[in-house]
Amino acid sequence: MEHYLPVIWGGLIGTAITLYVLLDGFDLGVGILFPFGKSEAERDHMMNSVAPFWDGNETWLILGGGGLWVAFPSAYAIIMPAMYIPVILMLLGLIFRGVAFEFRFVSKPHHRLWDFAFAAGSIVAAFCQGLVLGGVLSGIDVVDGKFAGGPFDFLSPFGIMCGFGMIVGYALLGSTWLMVRIEGGVADRARKWAFPALVLLLAFIVAVSIWTPLIHPHIADRWFSAPNIYVLWLVPVVTALVALFAMRKIDGHHPLSAFAASVALFLLCFLGLGISTFPYMVPPTLTVWDTAAVPASQLFTLFGVLVMLPIILLYTAFVYWTFRGKLQPGEGYH
Amino acid sequence: MDFDPVLLSRIQFAFTVTFHIIFPSFTIGLAAWIATLEGMWLWSKNERYHKLARFWTKIFAVSFGMGVVSGVVLSYQFGTNWSEYSRVVGNVVAPLIGYEVLTAFFLEATFLGIMLFGWNRVPPWLHFTASVLVALGTAMSAFWILSANSWMQYPVGYSMQNGVAVPEDWLEIIFSPTFPTRFAHMLTAAYITTAFVVLAAGARYWLQGRHIDHAETMIKMALGLLIVLVPLQMEFGDQSGMKVAEYQPTKVAAMEAHWDGNESPVPFVLFAWPNEETESNDFAITIPHVASMLITRTWDGKFPGLKDVPAEDRPPVAPVFFSFRIMVGLGLIMLATVVVGAVLWWRRRLFSTGLYLKTVSYMWPIGFLAIVAGWYTTEIGRQPWVVHGVLRTADAVSPVPGGSVATTLALFVIVYGIVFSFGIYYINRLLRRGPEPTGEGSSESSARRPISFAHDAGRDAIQPGE
Repeated sequence: MEHYLPVIWGGLIGTAITLYVLLDGFDLGVGILFPFGKSEAERDHMMNSVAPFWDGNETWLILGGGGLWVAFPSAYAIIMPAMYIPVILMLLGLIFRGVAFEFRFVSKPHHRLWDFAFAAGSIVAAFCQGLVLGGVLSGIDVVDGKFAGGPFDFLSPFGIMCGFGMIVGYALLGSTWLMVRIEGGVADRARKWAFPALVLLLAFIVAVSIWTPLIHPHIADRWFSAPNIYVLWLVPVVTALVALFAMRKIDGHHPLSAFAASVALFLLCFLGLGISTFPYMVPPTLTVWDTAAVPASQLFTLFGVLVMLPIILLYTAFVYWTFRGKLQPGEGYH
Repeated sequence: MDFDPVLLSRIQFAFTVTFHIIFPSFTIGLAAWIATLEGMWLWSKNERYHKLARFWTKIFAVSFGMGVVSGVVLSYQFGTNWSEYSRVVGNVVAPLIGYEVLTAFFLEATFLGIMLFGWNRVPPWLHFTASVLVALGTAMSAFWILSANSWMQYPVGYSMQNGVAVPEDWLEIIFSPTFPTRFAHMLTAAYITTAFVVLAAGARYWLQGRHIDHAETMIKMALGLLIVLVPLQMEFGDQSGMKVAEYQPTKVAAMEAHWDGNESPVPFVLFAWPNEETESNDFAITIPHVASMLITRTWDGKFPGLKDVPAEDRPPVAPVFFSFRIMVGLGLIMLATVVVGAVLWWRRRLFSTGLYLKTVSYMWPIGFLAIVAGWYTTEIGRQPWVVHGVLRTADAVSPVPGGSVATTLALFVIVYGIVFSFGIYYINRLLRRGPEPTGEGSSESSARRPISFAHDAGRDAIQPGE
C-alpha cells in the first residue's frame, strides 16, 4: 500500500490539474477572446457566460498546488522557487482578471480599464502556465534535494512555445464554450474563432510531440521502444481523429460535440504528458517516491479527498446544472 | 545593489497578508449577515430584509473577489518564497491547508455562483441555503488557517526525522494548545469588524435621511450584535493572552516590553519606547502591579522577561509592543462605543442622538485596524521563528535571488495599489448608492419619503453623491 500511495497521489494531482485546465481553461479562454467581442453588449454576454463559475474553477488551481505541497512537499519546494517568476506573474494576471468580473460591472460606464484587465490578465495567466509546464518538462536543476538553478532557467524557446500553446488551447475551449452557452451573434463569431484556435493548437501538439523526444532521449525511449510502441501509436492516431471530429463539429454547428471534442483533445495531451513524464515529479531527477510526503500525511489527506471530492464534484455539477441552457441577453450580473 | 532575500520575502509576505486579511475578515462577517437577513426574510416575509440582503450581496461580491485573488497569492507564496518552510514542515502544515481547500474553498467558491447569480434561477430557500453554505465555508477556512497558524506558534504532536517535521497525532496538531482561544478570538473579530461597517453605513443613511427603514434595521441589528460580541471578545482576548503567556512567554514579554524576569511586582507599561540596545524602556509611564495582575492573576506575581532568552531569540520588541497596545486600545474604544449605544438604546434615545450616530458613522475602519494590529502582534511576536523552536524565519526562505524577490515585491505593490484602491472606491460607491435597486429615481424617492420620526441631523449631515 505504502508503495502505491505516491502513485495514487500523483494521479490525484494530475486529475486536479486536468480539471483545473479544463474548467478554468474555458473561462480563461473567454478572457483571451474578450478583445474580439464586437460590442459592449457582446462583451457583457461573454463575461456573464462564465461569471457564476470562474471562482469555483480557479479553486482547482489551489487544489493542484496545495495537493502538490501535501503529497510531495520536497517537489513543491523545488518547483515553486524554480518557477518563481512565471508563477508570480501568473498570480498577478489572475488578480487582474479575477477582480475584473465585479469591477467591470460596478464601474460602468467607465470600465475600459477592466475590459483590458480581464483580457490581459487571462492572456498573461495562460502564457505563464505554459511557461511553467514547459519549464518543468525541460527539467529542473537540483542539488541535494533543493533547487540549484538560476531565476531565468524556466525561460527557453520550448517554454515560450508552451506558453503560446496554452493560449490557443484555452481560446479553443473558450470559443466552443461560447458556442454552447450563447445564441446569436457571439456564438457565430465564436465558431469563427474556434477554427484558427484548433489549427494552432494542433500545430503546437505536433511541435511538442517532435520536440520533447528529440531533446529528451528517455522520452523517446518511452514512446518508441518495444513493447510500448505497440500500444502507444494509438495516442497520436486517436488525437488526429478527435481533431478531425472537432473540426467537423465546429463547422457543422454542433456546439456541444465541438466543446466535448476540445476537452477530449486536452485529455489526450495530458495522457501524452503523463506517459512522457511518469514517474518523475521533478524531471529529470526526482520521482514521485523520492519527493513523497510521509505516509501518515498522505493517508490523512487522502481520507479527506475520498470523502470530500465526490461531494465537491456533486455540488459543482449541481451549480453547472442550475445555470444550464442558453444565456439570455441581459441575464447575468446580479 | 545587494538585496536580502529573507528581509524582502518577509516584507512581501507581510504586505500581501496585510491586504489579504482585510477582505476575509470582512466577508466572514458579511456572509453570515447576508444569510441572517435572508433567513429573516424567509421567516417574516418582510421585503426589507430581502432588499438589504441583495444590497449587501453586491458589496460582498466585490470584497470576496479581492479576498479570493489575494488569497491565491498567499497559497502559492509558501512555495515560491518560503520553500524551505514548505519542505521542513510540509508534512504537518500542508494537510491542514489541504483540508481548508477541500472543506472550505470549494464550498464558498462554488455556492458563491448561486449566491450572486441565482436569485432568479433557484427558489428562495435554496438561495438561502447557498448563502448559509458560503458563510459556513468562510468560517471553516478561518478554522484551518488558525489551526495551521496556531501549530506554528506552539508546535505539538510531531517529531523531527531527518530534519523534517513528521506528524504523530493529527488531533493534537489540529487542536494545538493555543488554537481554541485564537480561533474564537479571530472569528469574533471578523463578525465585529463587519458589524461596525454595517453600523456605520446605517448611521450614515439615517443622518442623511435616506433609506430610513433599512438604516434602522442595520443600526439595530449591528449594534445588538456588537453589544453581545464586544464584551465577549474582551474575554476571548484575555483567554488568548493567558494561553500565549503559558506557551509563548517571550511573546508576552515583548507585548508588555517586560525585560527583567526577576522583577516583582511587574508594573503595567502604559507607554514606553522599548530600547533593544540598553535592554530597557526609555521614558516609561507605568502603573504598579497591573501587569502582575493581568498575566499571573496575583498581586506580586512575576513572569519571564525578554532577558531570560538570548538576544537572538527575541522578537523585535517595539512593533509587538505597539501593535498590541493599538489592538487593545481600539478594543477599549469599541467597548465604550457599545456601552454608550446600549444605554442610549435602553433610554430610547438611540435615534434622537445625532452625535452618537455621527460618531459611529466614522467608525467603520476600527475592526480592520484592530485585526491588522492583532495579526502583527501575533506574527511579529513569534519571530525570529517561523515555526516556534523548530525553524527560524531566516532558514525558511527559498533559494531565490534577492533581485527576483525585489522585482516581484515592486510588482505586488503596484498591482495591489491599483486593484485595491479601485476596489475600495467601488465598495464606497455602492455604499453611497444604498440599498435600493440601482435605478437613480428609486433611491431619490426613498429619500423624499415622509419620515415618521422627526430628526434634524439629516440636513447638515453628509450629502448623497459627495
